[in-house]
Amino acid sequence: MSDNMSKNISGFGEKADSTGNEFLAFTLGKEEYGIDILKVQEIRGYEAVTRIANSPEFIKGVVNLRGIIVPIVDMRIKFQLGEPTYDQFTVVIILNISGRVVGMVVDSVSDVITLNPEQIKPAPEMGTTFDSDYLIGLGTLDERMLILVDIDKLMSSADMGLIEKLAA
Amino acid sequence: MTIDMSQFFQVFFDEAEEGLAEMEKLLLAVDVADPDDEDLNAIFRAAHSIKGGSATFGLTDITEVTHVLESLLDRIRQGQMALTSQHVDAFLAAKDIIKSMLDGHRHGATVDLEAVADVRMLLQSLSEGGGKKTAAPQALVGPGGVSRYRVELPQLGERETEALQQELGLLGKVEKLAAEGSLCVFVVDTAKGVDSIIEICSFLVSTDDLKVSQAVAAPSKEEQQGYGFFAPFVPQDATDEERGYGFFAPFVPANATDRERGYGFFEPFVPLGDTEQGKLQAAQAIAAQGAHADHDDASATGDHEKKKPAVAVHESSSIRVGIEKVDQLINLVGELVITQAMIEQRTGALDPMLYEHLLNSVSQLTRNTRDLQESVMSIRMMPMDYVFSRFPRMVRDLAAKLGKRVEFVTHGAATELDKGLIERIVDPLTHLVRNSIDHGIEVPEVRLTAGKADFGTLSLSAEHQGGNIIIEVTDDGGGLNRDKILAKAKQQGMAVSDSLSDNEVWLLIFEPGFSTAEQVTDVSGRGVGMDVVKRNILAMGGAVEIRSSKGFGTTISISLPLTLAILDGMSIRIGHEIYILPLGYVVESLQPATQDIKEISGQGQVIKVRGEYLPLIPLYQIFNIEPTFTDPSQGLVVILESNGKKAALFVDDLIGQQQIVVKNLESNYRKVAGISGATILGDGGVALIIDVAALLRSSRLMSDESVFS
Repeated sequence: MSDNMSKNISGFGEKADSTGNEFLAFTLGKEEYGIDILKVQEIRGYEAVTRIANSPEFIKGVVNLRGIIVPIVDMRIKFQLGEPTYDQFTVVIILNISGRVVGMVVDSVSDVITLNPEQIKPAPEMGTTFDSDYLIGLGTLDERMLILVDIDKLMSSADMGLIEKLAA
Repeated sequence: MTIDMSQFFQVFFDEAEEGLAEMEKLLLAVDVADPDDEDLNAIFRAAHSIKGGSATFGLTDITEVTHVLESLLDRIRQGQMALTSQHVDAFLAAKDIIKSMLDGHRHGATVDLEAVADVRMLLQSLSEGGGKKTAAPQALVGPGGVSRYRVELPQLGERETEALQQELGLLGKVEKLAAEGSLCVFVVDTAKGVDSIIEICSFLVSTDDLKVSQAVAAPSKEEQQGYGFFAPFVPQDATDEERGYGFFAPFVPANATDRERGYGFFEPFVPLGDTEQGKLQAAQAIAAQGAHADHDDASATGDHEKKKPAVAVHESSSIRVGIEKVDQLINLVGELVITQAMIEQRTGALDPMLYEHLLNSVSQLTRNTRDLQESVMSIRMMPMDYVFSRFPRMVRDLAAKLGKRVEFVTHGAATELDKGLIERIVDPLTHLVRNSIDHGIEVPEVRLTAGKADFGTLSLSAEHQGGNIIIEVTDDGGGLNRDKILAKAKQQGMAVSDSLSDNEVWLLIFEPGFSTAEQVTDVSGRGVGMDVVKRNILAMGGAVEIRSSKGFGTTISISLPLTLAILDGMSIRIGHEIYILPLGYVVESLQPATQDIKEISGQGQVIKVRGEYLPLIPLYQIFNIEPTFTDPSQGLVVILESNGKKAALFVDDLIGQQQIVVKNLESNYRKVAGISGATILGDGGVALIIDVAALLRSSRLMSDESVFS
């Protein structure tokens, strides 16, 4: 199995090589998204956050994750997808983006899927709510279509405002 | 069994560096006319330990220099020579050279061999300048790892002698003794064997005419190590014995003259017909002597054994641990503090009658945790003296170079600062001090003309102020020249106008590339630096401020937060949110009377506290919180003070006071205006820590909410 996989990866091109080809699928509103599973640290329920004054609305605040302070971003607000409700079913995906830990609120997490290179199609220009810069492509699995997000790039981007521009 | 020597090397390097720093400090403080014996001894000890250590590790170049240094120091210490400022200069130069050699061994930095030789020459000539009284015992000194050989040759021509001396010099330290009759005598200190000496001499004289003998018992393995380890513990009065015996000396009671004499039998030169055997004999003899002493004089031995640990305990009052271990400890204690706070909070709701014992234990736990935390935190704290102590030398050298007279004063050297910060503050401070001497303080003539004393005063001070440490570099020089700075700024195309306030003008000097020095010296003037200083300080979360007055001097004030992991905080509530105020800023809290609250049109409210009008900062407005009260007379105000500025913070309620563990928001998020960090509360939730200094800085602009958005 793993042998097969590595063969697949080898024909996968540079970009995919570095992102792997297992994806965590989650939903925002009616759309289904996928992110590189290796960026995911854990999945948790939503708990009370501490609001940060004067921060953008989609930054819900910070929580204590075993002693570290983790900001929580609500993707539903950021991309105006779905209804931002918070109940016991609300899911937070804790991501580890190059050493920084960030929580991302989504509607639900479905499963982990494996995509072969040929199952990943380039995203059309007009595309989705996401700036196509942040997209790896569109993954197809049977009848499902996943919008594959380069979560690294997205979370580090200026318009998320999560990481301060390096004031060198 | 192989031993990883590198770890010992590290220890030696660290120790040597400390020793050198100590030496320098003492040298700079020493009163040439009337040197303090204690200081001289301390300097000697430092040189001696470095020598011992370097010899143990086979760093012969360092051993050689320290040896000469030590000999000279020893003679001064024993009053055979008067200390002169020339000596002090030579010692300082030697210190620099040893440092550079250490760096050479440690980092592979290049060592200026010529300078090394120069310093050795200088020290040697100084030491020869005095009486020759100690020449004989000197000849016996065998630094650990290095054996001393006496080489006797038939009298040679002057040139040949010189050549030979140079050749032998390659092996180690050579000293030519006065010719004895028809013989020419060299004393060679070398780690190499006798064979090398013979090899060299055989170029000039036949081996038959050559007589090489060992001047002191060759160090056995143990002795060699013992020398290195015990040398620093040598009681000052035992140096005479120590010369002779290295290993045993520290434990020889001062009155053990008999035994001293007994040891004498090692002193005669051991002829080295068979070198190996000679060494062996010596080693055996020492061992035998040791055993003999044990056997013979049980009480004295008991003394040794008692003394040994006692001395060790006294001297090894510090241990070296990796900083990461300390950090881990601090983190763990941080977690413990949080857990302890949780327990305290949870037990707080229990009936004190029913759970008396439990509650007692919890309060004891609180106390213990607090003590533990304080002790752990203090590990990382170092006195500012660590930084300040490097400056006297720099000031002295620089002032001399620039032909200025500078008196250097420090205040608050005992003020403690986190080690991490202390290391990072060194460079900026160095820069500021150099600047003050180069640009600030005038040359004596100018000062006299200006009606000031001909020596300038440069002062470094450190003090705690609330949660900050304030470090100031003050000079009484000419002050900053407003017109010159403005002119220069314009010349460099900066957008400036003449209407800038003084403070704004001063801040221009922190701009990259800005320098008003007319000429670039090797001291300063290139215009790199002040911007780096500022950037470094900002990176540490601090702030820089300049106060300057033309003709009276300049003060550069650095304020650093004690961004240490733990601080005392006061938790406050506004609406449903809890914030932490660092206790250092809190002066008092009170419930204001309605008549004390005044409205200033367009400027918000002020509150009258004991005749003083303080701006009222409504936190709920700044942080957009739905408050319980909007009328200050219903809630509470907390009077805060930072940098002499006071303000009243309007909050709903005070919750309590607790120690909090500061967590960095930036590590996963980014800097948030008005917030200096976050902490974890007893219930596991997060509370933000209010950046009081920033709040007060902008309190004048409070009505302008853009400050915080």
